[in-house]
Amino acid sequence: MTSRAERLATYGVLSLFAVIAVFPLLAVAAQALALPHLSFGAFTAAWRQGHFARYLTNSLIVVTVVVVVASVLSILAGYALGTMDFRGATTLFYVFLAGLMVPTEAIVVPLYFDLRSVGLDNTLPGLMLPQIAQSVSFGVFWMRAYFRSAPRSLIEASRMDGASSWTTLRRVLIPVGRPAILTMVVLIAMWTWNEFLLALVIMNSNEDRRTAPLGLSIFQGQHQTEYQPLMAAALIVAAPVVLVYVFLQRHFIAGMLSGAVKE
Amino acid sequence: MRLGVGRPAPAGRAGAPPPGEPRRIGYLYVLPALVIYALFLLWPLLHGAWLSLFHWDGLTVGTWAGLGNYRQTISDPQLRGAFGHAVVLLFFYAILPCCIAFVLVAAMSRSRPRGMTFFRTVLFLPQVVAMVAVAVAWQWIYSAHGPVNGTLRLIGLGGLARGWLGDFTWALPSVGLIGTWAEIGLAMVLFLAGVQKIPQELYEAARVDGAGAVAEFFAVTLPGLRRELAVALTLTTIAALRNFDLIYLTTGGGPGDATKVPAYEVYNRTFNTGEVGLACAIGITIAIIVFAVTAGVGRLVEGRA
Repeated sequence: MTSRAERLATYGVLSLFAVIAVFPLLAVAAQALALPHLSFGAFTAAWRQGHFARYLTNSLIVVTVVVVVASVLSILAGYALGTMDFRGATTLFYVFLAGLMVPTEAIVVPLYFDLRSVGLDNTLPGLMLPQIAQSVSFGVFWMRAYFRSAPRSLIEASRMDGASSWTTLRRVLIPVGRPAILTMVVLIAMWTWNEFLLALVIMNSNEDRRTAPLGLSIFQGQHQTEYQPLMAAALIVAAPVVLVYVFLQRHFIAGMLSGAVKE
Repeated sequence: MRLGVGRPAPAGRAGAPPPGEPRRIGYLYVLPALVIYALFLLWPLLHGAWLSLFHWDGLTVGTWAGLGNYRQTISDPQLRGAFGHAVVLLFFYAILPCCIAFVLVAAMSRSRPRGMTFFRTVLFLPQVVAMVAVAVAWQWIYSAHGPVNGTLRLIGLGGLARGWLGDFTWALPSVGLIGTWAEIGLAMVLFLAGVQKIPQELYEAARVDGAGAVAEFFAVTLPGLRRELAVALTLTTIAALRNFDLIYLTTGGGPGDATKVPAYEVYNRTFNTGEVGLACAIGITIAIIVFAVTAGVGRLVEGRA
């Protein structure tokens, strides 16, 4: 039904905006690699001067713990809220859902004083726990939707076989729900890896425990206009998420556009 | 593209639960998540609301302020300026990307191009890159010898070249355009998915009725994309309000107060000027606006459905 010209125009528009979307990132990569000469000098310089080995390790630890703990808690709570009838279940769901609308800006200042008063400021657990709480808010919303959509017959058949609610979850629902769980995992991992404000406020004086984005902002402060190492550092921080995204883009997009309000 | 997790939820469970339906054990499953969520999200939120009622510098004993901090949030010229900047950024983050993406997608709604997965992946990319890295990249793009000024000099408009992020007039729109860049792909991906779901027969019917491109847009495309438009406006509006990272890393609120925004003021008033109560009031105000936008846009869509 469509003319050739129309189709060409469509591709033209899509290509133009695709170029706009990747241009800043390609420019960063080109500068970092000193194209067209191709040199990794900027990377080694940024890596050493910016202490990125340590900061990436910290980020990896934070992301791993937040993802594992938040996923387990979300699956458990989402399972109960999605498949069981008990008093207050709906209210509890709305309580979790409300957390999706709470911006970090609204809780970061009281968190800073609360964590300081219990000695958790400038520690990794102090950075992880608030992020687990934020992730659980999305995770419960997401997993409850999955458990509600899982065929009722599956759950009932399992129960007829005499399986407990725990066995039903472990043996039946989790294996079937792998795609939904994977989506949740990649989103929580991305949000945690990219988090800046919490890291800036909570890791205010412990240089050894900085995360990668915080390390980049410090590095930027020290290398204002030395763009080559700066771009290399930016690439080091952004690359892990972008790599995972390229392979699992469907999960990222579906999850982020699910109407969930968090970003 | 599917936005949800597949099948619709089973119909209401009004009747008595089947025998053996686990009930009380549900609390046990919810408990661990609830404890962490309550301690590290709900409690800080309530604590923040409480602190917002005091004049407190973070060190000495605070004094009761009632709603004084909220009055100051509205009346203080600097803070009013910050909220004004947020409105300007709202245009760049939400209105501009949604309008551009909407018109573009509507224009190509008649064709079903191939290779959509590739375009979708690329267009959505800015959404997953750490804001810190985005800020570093754009700081170079806007710098004295960056590509923006380079292009201007190339086309003989070198007189317009400047350090964009350090310019009193241009810093705010420059930051805003970074937001446009980040959000336009999100809007396009949403609308592209929505357009695929509009039945082709509707377009054919419109054409049989002799509708031109414009009439077709208002009769078929606009109503068909209402839901996606609501989601896009909600997500981009929230992004416009929650832009601490970008402001802190590109301009630090400057030059002068030119790019101060509420999200930045929360940090600034706590750690630079020692007005913790006021900072909490700003934070709670942002949360209320986010809540109102989410509820308001949702209602608008449902109401017309």
